[in-house]
Amino acid sequence: MNEALTLLSFGDLGWGDAIALGTVVTVSLALATLPFALIIGFLVALAKKSNEPSLKLAANIYTTIFRGLPELLTLFLVYFGVQIAILNGLRLIGVDTYVEVNSFVAGMVAMSLVSSAYMSEAFLSAFRGIPQGQYEGGHALGLRHGQTLMLVIFPQLIRLALPALGNSWLILLKDTALVSVIGLSDLMRETGIAARVTKEAFLFFGIACLIYLVLAMISSVGLSWTERWSKRGDTAR
Amino acid sequence: MTGSTATVQMSRPPAPPRAWTKTRIFGHTLMAMWIVSGISLVYYLASNIASPFVQKYWPVYLHGFFVTLEIVGLSLLFGALLSVPIALARASRWKVFSAPAFAYVYFFRGTPLIAQTFLLYYGAGSFRPELEAIGIWPIFREAFYCVILAFSLNTSAYQAEILRGAIQNVPRGQWEGAQALGIPRSVAFFKVILPQALLVALRPYGNEIILMIKGSAIAAIVTVFDLMGETRRAYSRSYDFQAYIWAAVIYLFMVEVLRRIWDRFEARLTRHLIR
Repeated sequence: MNEALTLLSFGDLGWGDAIALGTVVTVSLALATLPFALIIGFLVALAKKSNEPSLKLAANIYTTIFRGLPELLTLFLVYFGVQIAILNGLRLIGVDTYVEVNSFVAGMVAMSLVSSAYMSEAFLSAFRGIPQGQYEGGHALGLRHGQTLMLVIFPQLIRLALPALGNSWLILLKDTALVSVIGLSDLMRETGIAARVTKEAFLFFGIACLIYLVLAMISSVGLSWTERWSKRGDTAR
Repeated sequence: MTGSTATVQMSRPPAPPRAWTKTRIFGHTLMAMWIVSGISLVYYLASNIASPFVQKYWPVYLHGFFVTLEIVGLSLLFGALLSVPIALARASRWKVFSAPAFAYVYFFRGTPLIAQTFLLYYGAGSFRPELEAIGIWPIFREAFYCVILAFSLNTSAYQAEILRGAIQNVPRGQWEGAQALGIPRSVAFFKVILPQALLVALRPYGNEIILMIKGSAIAAIVTVFDLMGETRRAYSRSYDFQAYIWAAVIYLFMVEVLRRIWDRFEARLTRHLIR
């Protein structure tokens, strides 16, 4: 028991600092991905509910691809694909050099693609929960289409979409563990290194699982708080 | 005068041509981009179909494909078997059963599959003497069995939640109706409740299978040569990017075929519900 505590302590003897740093990287990757995933997901949902068939089809192809590919494969496609594209582009203009894509950025791009495809579904089903009368009301008040969307629909949409978006956030948080495979020093990688060096794999991977659990718990608390906040107008009715 | 023809053919005026709104232009531009990239993908794959890469690696990919199917099939099967007692325990009124079941489900749904796989595969080494003593060490030594164990445990947690949700979703009146007819509880469960619950559970089960197919790519990281594993090996030997593109096409194909079959299946089973 004491031995385990020494291994997990901060400072020269333990791996505490490495694991803490890894946790920070994991959380910041998820947080950095979130706004992109939300914005792309919202736009894709808008396209999916539009009356224009071509736009709808284009958006559906997007979600079919990124919900059908394994997250790990998307990650490799982005990581190696972008690298090869940049190298070929440089070779075209006559520069022969080696470029390595930053794994944080590659992870961010891949996770945004995957997560936005899921979030677009969340937004889409929330759109279905908003009655047509809300659009008509906005129109009757003389608001332009964009204004109706932003001032009338969006605030209600967020409230309806929050539970599903929260779920997507939890999935996103877990999926960031995959980015360790392309060399990002996140929680999974740091604990992996510690496990290999100390030969205490069960201890360190167990700690990694526990930290992911704690992150999920913190997220759930935050999410339920946000949900309550978003519904604060409901009680008055 | 042509007044003799009494019936004048009235035809509906032609629909006004659809205006080229900004949305429509944008939609067509996006579709054009998809079509161009789709055609170039097909062209790229077709031009490479006789390349040395494909000649050399297609049997390997085929093998990987079957390994992936094997992992997914076995994990889903074991997971389904395991999920029944977990779901029962989770729905139980006694805390002794429901609390551990809740912890189990919460753990497996709250941590990444990759972490669970590492915990089992690498972590088992820490308990080697104990595992050897009971004689199940060979299971933990082989990455393949380890992966199946990890995936089964993972999917059993998800499936237990699906099952529990579906069973609790069946209205109480169904239980009461069966009781009024004098049907024993166990018969009522299997003949009345379960068929209705499984219909509700059909869609989430389909999603779970798709999640498992996608998640099975993780097996590649612990040295199992499934489709993803063979892909990574082919890429590291050839440095040819088409390795990943072929894998993407195969995975997309797998998931799409399964989704279509499942939609048909669901439509067939719920045809009595369509009014």
